[in-house]
Amino acid sequence: MDSKEYDLGQIDIAWCPGCGNYAILNSLKQVIAELKISPQQLVVVSGIGQAAKIPQYFKTHYFNGLHGRSLPPATGIKAANPNLTVIAESGDGDMYGEGGNHFIHAIRRNPDITNIVHNNMVYGLTKGQASPTSETGFKTPIQINGVMLNPFNPISIAIALDASFVARVFAGDIKETKKIIKKAIQHKGYALVDIFQPCVTFNKINTYDWFKEHTYYLDSKYDVTNRIDAFKKSIEQNKLPLGIFYLNKNKKTFEQNLKTYKQNKKPLYKRQIKMDRIVKLIN
Amino acid sequence: MNDVSIVLCGEAGQGIQTVEQLFTKIVKKAGFNVFSTKEYMSRVRGGSNSTQIRISTEPVSAYINRIDVLITLSEDAIKHLGDRISSKTIIIGEKNHIKNNKNFKVVEIPFSQHAKEIGNIVFSNTIAVGLLSALYSIDNKVIAEQVETFFSKKKKNLVNDNILAAEKGYDIGADLVKKEKAQLDISAPKHQNNDIVLNGTQVIGLGALAGGCNFISSYPMSPSTGVLTFLSQQSNDFDIIVEQAEDEISAINMALGAWYAGARSMVTTSGGGYALMTEGVSLAGMIESPIVIHLAQRPGPATGLPTRTEQSDLEHALYSGHGDFPKIIFAPGTLQEGFYLTQKAFNLADKYQVPVYILTDQYFVDSYYNIPGFHLDRISNRNYVVETRKEYKRYELTNNGISPRGIPGYGNGFICVDSDEHDEEGRITESMNIRTQMVDKRLRKLKEIMKETIPPTLIGDELYKTLIIGWGSTYHIIKEAIEMIDRKDVSFLHFKQLYPIHPNTIKYLKKAEKTIIIENNATSQFGKLIKLHTGYEVNHKILQYNGLPFSVETVEKQIKQILQRGQ
Repeated sequence: MDSKEYDLGQIDIAWCPGCGNYAILNSLKQVIAELKISPQQLVVVSGIGQAAKIPQYFKTHYFNGLHGRSLPPATGIKAANPNLTVIAESGDGDMYGEGGNHFIHAIRRNPDITNIVHNNMVYGLTKGQASPTSETGFKTPIQINGVMLNPFNPISIAIALDASFVARVFAGDIKETKKIIKKAIQHKGYALVDIFQPCVTFNKINTYDWFKEHTYYLDSKYDVTNRIDAFKKSIEQNKLPLGIFYLNKNKKTFEQNLKTYKQNKKPLYKRQIKMDRIVKLIN
Repeated sequence: MNDVSIVLCGEAGQGIQTVEQLFTKIVKKAGFNVFSTKEYMSRVRGGSNSTQIRISTEPVSAYINRIDVLITLSEDAIKHLGDRISSKTIIIGEKNHIKNNKNFKVVEIPFSQHAKEIGNIVFSNTIAVGLLSALYSIDNKVIAEQVETFFSKKKKNLVNDNILAAEKGYDIGADLVKKEKAQLDISAPKHQNNDIVLNGTQVIGLGALAGGCNFISSYPMSPSTGVLTFLSQQSNDFDIIVEQAEDEISAINMALGAWYAGARSMVTTSGGGYALMTEGVSLAGMIESPIVIHLAQRPGPATGLPTRTEQSDLEHALYSGHGDFPKIIFAPGTLQEGFYLTQKAFNLADKYQVPVYILTDQYFVDSYYNIPGFHLDRISNRNYVVETRKEYKRYELTNNGISPRGIPGYGNGFICVDSDEHDEEGRITESMNIRTQMVDKRLRKLKEIMKETIPPTLIGDELYKTLIIGWGSTYHIIKEAIEMIDRKDVSFLHFKQLYPIHPNTIKYLKKAEKTIIIENNATSQFGKLIKLHTGYEVNHKILQYNGLPFSVETVEKQIKQILQRGQ
């Protein structure tokens, strides 16, 4: 399939010129085309923020819900119809701040969804306040003396919760970003792809160059199944590792665990009400 | 007397519930009508909890103050029940539980000693069941059968010991009757009673099943949890997806996602949990998603009285969710209504793509009584989901405001829903023109909903002078009180749909010389709603907000006082 199949034609995009979101959008379109996922089969669930606007800009079903609340509806959608490919996508503020509790429990539930987080370490839509992943000392119109809170480490949290797929990429490297998003979508179970992405308007510290200087790729010898090593890698500070940190293929997905689909694979909308059983139950 | 009120009172964890469940089964089987309700403290052990079981030759479905027989299981029981105990009350209990109560008719029974003789103190409860059964001269066979069925999942010897305990209790009871220490003047029922005994929780759960519910995500909170438990217990048989969410925010958002993908989902919660859900309610309003919300009320604000009852979340339900959008609020008065309205809620939610509420309360969900069953052949379900075409627009502007709802994966169209204001395709817009059109479209649905609003039920003569108004769970209490008052000029108007309020409401009110509204809250929330929508101010209010349901006697007394006052 050609990624053009997902184009909407002339559309008005609300992102700033040079924003990392463009690269992520293009990578995503190419990946789903390569995976031959038809637009009718894909549901992108997002919250609120600049990143959360992504499903507006290509051909797909979408559920653009509330700030911080993309994972619960994504879980509900996948459970109601496991035949759909479901991606939950939003920014760092949405996913790790407002939606922090859902982030934790979605990992525990392990639905077969891909969780893409545009992590630019700053709030874009509300104009430049600190995000949960902002580095300490980062100055903003609200944090005038610099951020005092320690940054949220989504990778460590995900590994601590034994998430079934944990990866981090840099939007500036389209090739690697594509490769990992592709693996994440193919993965059976919850897959986190945290994407480092510069905010050209509100984050003058963590720029394209900064990310290039402060990141490196996990090498081919690195064992993605070793949770302890993965955790060690996740807390490295000076240079931030990129790539797949951790993979646990032994976990059953939420949908696989549901008794509803043990014998009958039909999505819920294709099923009938069991009136005869209700009669039996009442008597 | 053909109506006996038995109260069991003891600490949490003493097994009052076992007695309630087993004994109601026995008396029902013996042909009596039965009603039971409980009031309990928010604790797992200790304290004072009580359960009322009314047994009658006529149908009974309401809470009364009167206690004819009291079984005390703890020292505090008598103090806890206070002036509900009268000189006529027969108090049965252990010596140390009924000491210093010379003013009352007390019967000392060493339950625990007898239980220990059988093998374990836990059999005390079954002895009590046997004793009570004897007071009604219920056939021994019926008792043994029911005890066996009730404990059937337990080990064989435990079943036998329980039967022994029931027999022991029966002998004690029969002896009391013989010695005229505890006599009940109740005639034996003439017919077999083929009714089913259910409680509010169960009818909401059954109604959900009958409405095609196949997804529930919720967070436990008294008194709403029972519905989550009920559906979970049935989930394997009915292919229901049940998820205990991390919080109520997640619960409702998950349920909305499920509807979006073709499920019929619901949430069950109480005031505080519902408070967290309100942003999801607003989302449902904007994306025009169906959602069924069972809101079991308890006294607030905040944590309030977790295990008590109140009707104080009507305004919360009605006005929650920012922005203007339609919703539907039901409040069942009877168990049958609980079933039919819940079933209907799923269809109306689907049809109008709005939140539909089932507003109950602790009293409703925890009360059992016998009903003839349901007419399942008379209910219908309709699936409003459409197969989409390529040019499908999720928010097509239509005359009645309802845009056909498609779901992803069924047809070639795209299902784009957005919490931002959106155009017909579901894409973000800031066009003021489209914004106005969309608000109007969403509100047009309310006009359609009005067309099938359920009218209030009038109980009593149409030529009334005084009209009593009530809603939701107080139905049977007020009805029985009116029957006690027995005046042709006093009628009762009961509302089971609170919003939108039926347009005929004003006609009923204007016909009355005097109106009295009865609500289990402090500010007459429904009275205010009536005023808002009809301009009519109800003359008198009977309000109670101490955490307990109204009793028939209280309602009767307060109505009489107002009637005597003249104007």
